Amino acid sequence: MNPVQAVGRSTLGLLRTAGSVAIFAGRGVGASLSTPWFAGQLARQVVAIGYLSLPVVGLTAVFTGAALALNIYTGGGRFNAEQIMPQIVALGITRELGPVLAALMLAGRVSAAIAAEIGAMRATEQIDALNTLSTDPFRYLVAPRLIAAVLTLPLLTAVADTIGVAGGFLVATQTLGFSGPLYVQNTWNFLTSWDIESGLIKSAVFGFIVALMGAYHGYNASGGARGVGRATTHAVVSAAILVFAADYILTSLFTAK
Amino acid sequence: MSDTKTPMLELRGVRKAFGDKVVLDGVDIPVARGRSLVIIGGSGQGKSVTIKIAIGLMAPDAGQVFVDGQDTALIRSAADRARHNARFGMLFQGAALFDSLTIWENVAFRLTNADKVPRKEARERAVEALARVGLPASVANLYPIELSGGMQKRAGLARAVVAQPEIIFFDEPTTGLDPINADVINNLIVEQVKRLGCTAVSITHDMASARKIGDEIAMLYNGKIVWRGPAADIDHSGNAYVDQFVHGRADGPIKIEV
Ligand SMILES: Nc1ncnc2c1ncn2[C@@H]1O[C@H](COP(=O)(O)OP(=O)(O)O)[C@@H](O)[C@H]1O
Ligand SMILES: [Mg+2]
Repeated sequence: MNPVQAVGRSTLGLLRTAGSVAIFAGRGVGASLSTPWFAGQLARQVVAIGYLSLPVVGLTAVFTGAALALNIYTGGGRFNAEQIMPQIVALGITRELGPVLAALMLAGRVSAAIAAEIGAMRATEQIDALNTLSTDPFRYLVAPRLIAAVLTLPLLTAVADTIGVAGGFLVATQTLGFSGPLYVQNTWNFLTSWDIESGLIKSAVFGFIVALMGAYHGYNASGGARGVGRATTHAVVSAAILVFAADYILTSLFTAK
Repeated sequence: MSDTKTPMLELRGVRKAFGDKVVLDGVDIPVARGRSLVIIGGSGQGKSVTIKIAIGLMAPDAGQVFVDGQDTALIRSAADRARHNARFGMLFQGAALFDSLTIWENVAFRLTNADKVPRKEARERAVEALARVGLPASVANLYPIELSGGMQKRAGLARAVVAQPEIIFFDEPTTGLDPINADVINNLIVEQVKRLGCTAVSITHDMASARKIGDEIAMLYNGKIVWRGPAADIDHSGNAYVDQFVHGRADGPIKIEV
């Protein structure tokens, strides 16, 4: 195959994949926005995706907030501007790191789990069984996961924002000699509600991406146990990449005004 | 529609290929109401694909599937599709029980999720269906993983018959079972099909099973039905493919790709 053919072929492959992801997403959204809903399945997924991700997201946030504080303190020192560290940390966490880190942890934890579970159901004909039992797998499997991720990732992000800022606060007050009340006051006075809201809007989109990639790759898994393994890997990698891409696009939209 | 002449199920000119691999090459299979047809054939000959096309899990590349005289490709709305699916029951090769649900929730799945039957009533009907396949009420609250392969198949059978289907499909019902458990499943299948008076299509490569559950047997080879006749004629079919398969001989017209 000559290089032109190779490029052509992989472009076509990419377009085909994009098309089938879009169709899958459309069916998933359609099933999410119309009845019947499976409330039991949704509750289960809210717990699995949201509640059980709290420790991972919290730990990531506290360490990142602390490390960010140290770095910005050092960087600020080069301009004799150490004192604005609390504001920069707060901005960095709420606008960028809170949403992105929470989404990445979910890409690892949740995309993988969704792909593995739905992929195993595909491999063992459980998805075929759902169809023969007059139950749409998009309603029973895909929609609850999409809804749960879109609802819970912003909540997780709010937690990550809070804990991340607290991580910065701890380092600042314990090792850098900042005054506690002043740190809180500076952060609070500086942040606008849009700093926080824009991060939460991003995270709802990231939640959709994370659940969609898990479900898409799991649903289309083929080839037994190896296929399920492959689906899991693809889900995590594609979720992470799409989160970064969406982050850039949304951020440039949000900062354009 | 419901006269006795119209086949309950009919595949007409069905073709299916995956890539350049032609699996079904013009298959015609009418099944009369209340009859039990067994399709035999080697591994990878497209038996599962045939059933998946018949039940609507896979679309044929060409050809049609009629259920009770109606072309299933013309079913459009989701509601009609759900109603159509309610006429079917299927026992999957690996039972395909949902591993996150208990046995009774599995058996009652259609009742609770599609038919909106109250849980208490659904559970009672599930336990009844379990009893019919020889499973005690004590398994109702277990998870599939806690049952042996034979018991999972029985639970799968209970799930397939609980909503009184008109057509049941059995995909390799005895594969993976020891001969005694296989015979138990064969007997249960015959019993349930007779009790419901339904039409049955089974696929298998187990000749003992085929003889026991089939009124008729058809053989699938190289994408075509190469022979079809009453189950009683299977030993004197006069067909070289069937003879080779029934006797399990390596020599004959059937070529095994290696
Ligand atoms: N979804 C699919 N995608 C690609 N190939 C398939 C698919 N389903 C079945 N096949 C191929 O079709 C052939 C027939 O499969 P199957 O009907 O499962 O055989 P069997 O007679 O053993 O049940 C096999 O070669 C299989 O690899
Ligand atoms: Mg098969």
